[in-house]
Amino acid sequence: MSVVSAPERTEAVTVSSVVGNEPILEVKGLKMYFPISEGVVFTRKVAEVKAVDGISFHIRKGETFGLVGESGCGKTTTGRCILQLEQATEGQIFFDGVNIAELDRRELSALRQKIQVIFQDPYSSLNPRMKIGEIIGEPMRVHGIEPDADKRHARVAELLSICGLDPKFADRYPHEMSGGQRQRVGIGRALALNPEFIICDEPVSALDVSIQAQVINLLEDLRDEFGLTYLFIAHDLSVVRHLCHRVAVMYLGKIVELAECDELYDNPIHPYTQALLAAVPVPDPEIESKREHKVMKGEVPSPINPPSGCVFHPRCPLAVEGCRSVVPELREIKPGHWVACTEV
Amino acid sequence: MAKLLELEDLRTQFFTTAGTVKAVDGVSYDIEAGETVGIVGESGCGKSVSALSILRLVPDPPGKIVGGKILFMGRNLLELSDVEIRKVRGHEIAMVFQEPMTSLNPVLTIGRQITETLEQHMGIDRQEADARAVELLGMVGISDAERRLKQYPHHFSGGMRQRVMIAMALSCEPKLIIADEPTTALDVTIQAQILELMKDLTRRLGVALIIITHNLGVVARYADKVNVMYAGKIVEKGSARQIYHNPSHPYTIGLLASVPRLDHKRGTKLVPIEGQPPDLTLLDQGCAFRPRCRFAEDICTREIPPLEEVGGGQYSACWQKDKLSQPAPAAS
Ligand SMILES: Nc1ncnc2c1ncn2[C@@H]1O[C@H](COP(=O)(O)OP(=O)(O)O)[C@@H](O)[C@H]1O
Ligand SMILES: Nc1ncnc2c1ncn2[C@@H]1O[C@H](COP(=O)(O)OP(=O)(O)O)[C@@H](O)[C@H]1O
Ligand code: SF4
Ligand code: SF4
Ligand SMILES: [Mg+2]
Ligand SMILES: [Mg+2]
Repeated sequence: MSVVSAPERTEAVTVSSVVGNEPILEVKGLKMYFPISEGVVFTRKVAEVKAVDGISFHIRKGETFGLVGESGCGKTTTGRCILQLEQATEGQIFFDGVNIAELDRRELSALRQKIQVIFQDPYSSLNPRMKIGEIIGEPMRVHGIEPDADKRHARVAELLSICGLDPKFADRYPHEMSGGQRQRVGIGRALALNPEFIICDEPVSALDVSIQAQVINLLEDLRDEFGLTYLFIAHDLSVVRHLCHRVAVMYLGKIVELAECDELYDNPIHPYTQALLAAVPVPDPEIESKREHKVMKGEVPSPINPPSGCVFHPRCPLAVEGCRSVVPELREIKPGHWVACTEV
Repeated sequence: MAKLLELEDLRTQFFTTAGTVKAVDGVSYDIEAGETVGIVGESGCGKSVSALSILRLVPDPPGKIVGGKILFMGRNLLELSDVEIRKVRGHEIAMVFQEPMTSLNPVLTIGRQITETLEQHMGIDRQEADARAVELLGMVGISDAERRLKQYPHHFSGGMRQRVMIAMALSCEPKLIIADEPTTALDVTIQAQILELMKDLTRRLGVALIIITHNLGVVARYADKVNVMYAGKIVEKGSARQIYHNPSHPYTIGLLASVPRLDHKRGTKLVPIEGQPPDLTLLDQGCAFRPRCRFAEDICTREIPPLEEVGGGQYSACWQKDKLSQPAPAAS
């Protein structure tokens, strides 16, 4: 496997003081290939979707690690592998130094309390027939924490107010709430078990600007108050810059660049990252009138038959002949700044 | 310059069991030939309904245009017969929607959909229409046009379908294109491709463009003038520079302070607008933004603020519009 494991050598990165040095999560050489089958009685595999194709990164305690890229690049699949909702094709995932594939059922249940998830769509991720109080209390019930109903209700009320909702909302149903309120419920549910690590998969993408800012601030406050670590998955590059300590950019199942947040945005090195950032408009007509609006050609190819060599070569302005055959490795170009391109 | 389109006090309402939704509540603005106007505002504020009203496409029932005028090159579109308005649609004013799949017919080839409109509106024969279709696809950057025209919509990616919609919108040489969230469903690099294409073509052909979006960046990049909508009304309008550099309505100020920016360092503070937009069936006699407004005074509960000029062609609908420059109270 031609993947350099980025985690081990990134100590030189400076991040804010609350971030520890020891990794809470390590992903090594993760691959997730989905088989495409044909036939009804005798199914046979005819192709594979290379959703995640050999990625490595680590996340430190207290850190918010951003995973960005356009739709279909493998962000959600990466999160699902960490949550053990997908059986990885290859590679390992370590949480607190323990390989999670080797846990028995009891240990896995304990792990499931420590790792929680917040989804994009507050509409579809909440059971419409359950009251808000039941939704938030459910993880506690399932894991046998706080079996006492009164204490559970008190905890639900506390979680609601932590998330900026009136405890009276416990008696309402999801359809009686706005999108922003539902997302707060999703956050409350994720916090119910006092997790250490939360995977936020596009948590603010469905929200309007003013509500989005409320939820972003809430996520930041909770991070500081409870010392949470986030894997923050999003396609919105501005939101990611605002929130994350370090950021990895994905393209067709691979990490093409990984760096400390401001470094990545101020000095993008990979041609894909550069094109991605150039495409994002800034809410300032003065600045926009001075920017060069170069657009990247083409569209993302299918992950079923990804291009040979560097998967970005058909769209890359810097591509040379060798890019068709050589798979570029993630190299540390500056301390803590990793790029997968042979030409930079 | 002569106005191409003038909306005067447009009112569109929906009569539902939950009450009357004042979706568009006294909207006035105008567009000159060849100009690009952005309409921004959060979901439910009436952007789409105001656009659909221009072409009289609001579903009736439950919707009805209950007042106002829509003057297009001097004619009031609200007074045209059904036959006449159908001629305006597609021919003089074209629309591009967020989800092109819903406006394309899945069982007709792309080529047939383009040539059908051409034959209908432009009165040209099949052969001429075929040639024109090839030319149009080339214009919107779809290569291998002859082969692509024989394909069906599902063979096209989201970005390619939107290119087809733009080709169809341009096919009858309209004076105005209304694009309602044309790139909201697309990835950012494809969004940039589509918006650049629309800008180039509309500028080159002198077509005016109304671009409706919730994305403040898109408007900053492409619009000459901006209308900011809130709860069915335009609360502020002006040139893009005025709106972004000297916002004169508390809602606009709030939006700009809420949005994370690509060019701001990590951790730059966001100041959200607290609360949420009002239910459009429950509007009262005061300013609809009042419950979320940190500048509100007594008068704001009693009377709806009129949209008035603050200077240089910039308008704001706010009783305190002249007092907004004082430092805002610190965010809690
Ligand atoms: N269960 C699945 N079976 C087959 N393909 C899948 C499955 N889940 C995801 N994919 C494919 O894997 C790729 C990555 O998907 P995803 O991780 O959801 O991307 P992202 O979250 O970055 O948009 C996409 O091409 C998607 O269609
Ligand atoms: N067919 C309809 N029936 C009832 N209400 C509607 C209908 N279409 C739109 N509305 C209401 O009109 C208001 C404005 O909607 P719309 O113009 O679609 O908002 P925007 O495009 O700004 O998101 C909203 O409150 C919406 O719920
Ligand atoms: S390796 Fe080649 S194709 Fe890939 S990003 Fe670098 S220059 Fe472009
Ligand atoms: S009129 Fe009053 S409530 Fe409305 S925006 Fe102005 S200050 Fe705020
Ligand atoms: Mg996803
Ligand atoms: Mg709309």
